[in-house]
Amino acid sequence: MPGPSFPEAPEGISRRSFITWLSVGWLGFGAALGAGLTAVGRLFFPNVTFEPPQQFKAGFPAEYAAGKVDERFKKKYGVWLVRNERGIYALSTVCTHLGCTPNWLDGEQKFKCPCHGSGFYATGINFEGPAPRPLERYKIGLAEDGQVFVDKMAKFKYEMGQWNDSNSFLELV
Amino acid sequence: MSFITDFINFLCRPAILFTLSCVAFYLVLFPFREKFAKKSALYTILVSMAVFILVSMLNPTFRDVVTKADNVPIVLMLFLLAFFCWLPLNKAVKNDKLIAEGKDVENKQEAKELVFTWPDLIFSEFICAIIVWSALLIWAITIRAPLEEPANPVETPNPSKAPWYFLGLQEMLVYFDPWLAGVVFPTLIVVGLIVLPYIDVNPKGNGYYCFKERKFAITTYLFGFLILWIVLIVLGTFLRGPNWNFYGPYEVWDLHKLEALRNVNLSEYIFRYAGLNGGKLPDFWLFRELVGIVLVIGYMVAGPILLAKTVMKGFLEKMGKPRFYIMVTILLLMASLPIKMILRWTINLKYIVAIPEYFFNI
Repeated sequence: MPGPSFPEAPEGISRRSFITWLSVGWLGFGAALGAGLTAVGRLFFPNVTFEPPQQFKAGFPAEYAAGKVDERFKKKYGVWLVRNERGIYALSTVCTHLGCTPNWLDGEQKFKCPCHGSGFYATGINFEGPAPRPLERYKIGLAEDGQVFVDKMAKFKYEMGQWNDSNSFLELV
Repeated sequence: MSFITDFINFLCRPAILFTLSCVAFYLVLFPFREKFAKKSALYTILVSMAVFILVSMLNPTFRDVVTKADNVPIVLMLFLLAFFCWLPLNKAVKNDKLIAEGKDVENKQEAKELVFTWPDLIFSEFICAIIVWSALLIWAITIRAPLEEPANPVETPNPSKAPWYFLGLQEMLVYFDPWLAGVVFPTLIVVGLIVLPYIDVNPKGNGYYCFKERKFAITTYLFGFLILWIVLIVLGTFLRGPNWNFYGPYEVWDLHKLEALRNVNLSEYIFRYAGLNGGKLPDFWLFRELVGIVLVIGYMVAGPILLAKTVMKGFLEKMGKPRFYIMVTILLLMASLPIKMILRWTINLKYIVAIPEYFFNI
């Protein structure tokens, strides 16, 4: 009795070459996937310059003249140190509207933001333009060696009544 | 000479420029529409724009602003804009006349004289592509890319300007809280444009230009585009200088220009200046901002109902309730932008509702 007849394999593709191409395909796919995932993994290590420390010493209180806004620490730490008759406070250089960096205009005695024109008094209180709230203040105190010590980890917001906190102001009288 | 420049500087103050643009908008679209649709009007406008800019370039400030690498294409685009506003107006006026005479509109007459895609269309497209390509090449070779120093988070350029197509948004940000001007309004613009074909079911004007058959739709759209977008871009590009102050076109960009911009919240007007509650702001925000909240809710809720009963009664009948109320809501939100801008320019109003405790300001 003749066995069941199978259709003949189409010409040109043998079983061996089919398996070979299948393996090549899968290997290629796996390699591409691996390379792609490695590239994604690279994104977990972004090209950042790490921030300067959040706490820093800002010289001795005697270096600060009353009524002056000190811009020495603006570039590196993003902080203005302002000395009034009673003491020193540290203002954040981030505009409370959309986060640009305002400029201190000594002639006008105000901080003025170049992006949308918000203006702040030397105290940090907003008085013109769209900024909805005053600039934030950072924690300020004296280090053991007598230098001014600023800690950016703690913020004090005027509208929350936090400027009454003793850490937001360095009393020097 | 200085009299003329001072006068033009004066005309370019925001409140005056805005009012003048609105008046010009009305004059062009309504009483003088047919005059403006003539070819001679287009030539007059283009030539006078060119003459104005060329003569003004004698002034060093104006020259600096206009020839700044970022601004050159914007200046050129103003000419394009004038042309592309004139072209449909010209066709619309012609068609309005034909319709009034009971004839077919221009398109239908043209449709009888068909032309072939190849070579007629493809050939003119090819010529256009070559012209655009060479213009881009010349632009790329002659005007240097306006690159600045590497970005630095603690040093913001002064003035700091968005790309030209966002300057309208940046101008809006001066008058509104970021979440409104930066998030809600742009979303509404997009949503409003998407919704347009569903609210505007007037079949007239399909496939041809006309004005008289869709006065309201065309006027509203053009007001939003020309006045609330283009005028704001022009303001932001040419008239905003250091510290985001306004400078007239011939005014020197003085870094120390002092402008009194003491902005006042509505609650401060009510309590501090009118002396309610002994001149003291109430501590609790709800009492403090009650008037503002009532005003805003009244505007958005009572506004549509009032309009439906009075001026826009006909629209309600024609469109049906759902369409009408969606349209009126979007219309009122759009109108809130010029309203707030005018309040800022006239009475220095900062926020109608100001609740910084919850980052909520309107």
